[in-house]
Amino acid sequence: MRNDIKPSEITPESTYLNRRVFMKMGLATGAAVATGSVYRYFNPIIAADVPKSSGVDAQTQTSVVAQVDSAATAQPVQMIDKPNSLQEITHYNNYYEFSTNKSAVAKAAEKFVTTPWTVEISGLVAKPQTFDLMDLLKIESEERIYRFRCVEGWSMVIPWNGFPLKKLLDKVQPLSSAKYVAFETYYDPAQMPSAKYAGIDLPYVEGLRMDEAMHPLTLMATGLYGKPMPNQNGAPIRLVVPWKYGFKSIKSIIKITLTDKEPPTTWNKAAANEYGFYSNVNPTVDHPRWSQADEQRIGEFSRRPTLMFNGYAEEVASLYKGMDLKVNF
Amino acid sequence: MQDLKLNKTLLFINALVPLMLLMWDGAHYQLGVNPIEFLTRIFGVLTLIFILITLMITPLRKLFGWGFLIKYRRMLGLFAFFYGCLHLVTYIGFDRSWSLSSTVADVIKRPFIMVGMVSFLMLIPLAVTSTHAMVRRLGAKRWLKLHQMIYLIGIGGVVHFYMIVKSDVFYPIVFMVILFVLLAMRLYFRINKAT
Repeated sequence: MRNDIKPSEITPESTYLNRRVFMKMGLATGAAVATGSVYRYFNPIIAADVPKSSGVDAQTQTSVVAQVDSAATAQPVQMIDKPNSLQEITHYNNYYEFSTNKSAVAKAAEKFVTTPWTVEISGLVAKPQTFDLMDLLKIESEERIYRFRCVEGWSMVIPWNGFPLKKLLDKVQPLSSAKYVAFETYYDPAQMPSAKYAGIDLPYVEGLRMDEAMHPLTLMATGLYGKPMPNQNGAPIRLVVPWKYGFKSIKSIIKITLTDKEPPTTWNKAAANEYGFYSNVNPTVDHPRWSQADEQRIGEFSRRPTLMFNGYAEEVASLYKGMDLKVNF
Repeated sequence: MQDLKLNKTLLFINALVPLMLLMWDGAHYQLGVNPIEFLTRIFGVLTLIFILITLMITPLRKLFGWGFLIKYRRMLGLFAFFYGCLHLVTYIGFDRSWSLSSTVADVIKRPFIMVGMVSFLMLIPLAVTSTHAMVRRLGAKRWLKLHQMIYLIGIGGVVHFYMIVKSDVFYPIVFMVILFVLLAMRLYFRINKAT
């Protein structure tokens, strides 16, 4: 017991404990803020959709989607296909070159430079040529509201703007020996620094059979919702094949080659047992690791059944007549 | 004594911060474009985080002599179970629309779900026997042996996470490495204790 401290100087126990509580509260707040910051770092606030009536009136859809729906078996009212909002379509993207985080692609692709841009078409064609983007944009464009089904099990309805791929291929006059169409996307590690974490071989490549490529539904899309294609959706020009899983709809196309051999496709190279060349939407053929029988329509609460060929069976089923779709998945 | 209660309260509140932020984000429609997928995934990640924090206690105790950490382990373990329940409920509720038969079918069809489900089921006896009364009932030896299941649960959890990613295995690998280090440390201390 030291003699030089007066008893009156001893901090009253209550004060001492109060100060400890105060310090602890400070620590707690600090810890909570730290925890919150870590959480926020991983989940930044993105201005989101507040559910309200969409700007697009469901009745004005005189689109392929509406026509196919009426042809299908009578479906409950819930099964209408309302176009997703621009916010949803542009903030949920699988574009691994920019990020493997679907919400982060929009920001990561902000500075992506897409002019000048050319699309080189070569291979088994009579008139190989390189098209400038400006020439492609002059081709008469139409609105196509398509269902889009990702292999992961979610889907959207997207109002694309573009022209049938057939129009473009007719200009180069494919030879009769051409059996397949191969596509290649833009790849630039300088503009795409996260690409090394993609886990897939780049540049991204895809391919279609000749009859699939020439099908009226197959679209070269240059915009959506009447606006030029956003970077994160595959600016400035991309493919849309609505009856196949989304990864077949290759983005940011720079090269198209007509060939007589089945071309390599990126996801097939990554996992051949999981992603086949055809990858037609098929609720009866499961992905090895998950079922394809249902899907989460973005914006809806419960899942809905997946439709054969994504609901385009009437238009495309004939392409695969006689084929075993479990083998040719 | 008073400090312990205060500390536990602070830990409790802190462990709920992620959930509170999620509820806030949910109320402000800030859970992204696919909120169901996001919630399921984040509850899963939180479960794994708490499992790993729980597994850190003993290595820290052995390394720095911080015996007092043991007092917080039960709460941390129970939070792992809590977030695991939220993960399961989100999955069964939204992905399977509360259908038990659909869930069972999914478990059988999808190996990674089977791994996750088994890991969760193993967590249940640990949660149930977490109380003082249970420790007394089982006796320290049996209780310790039962709770060693957490090693398997941890492994199951990171494998479950790894199996679902498509190509970007970055975070699953990070968790695997952390788990490996924590388990390796335990092994190291056990071997050293023997010699």
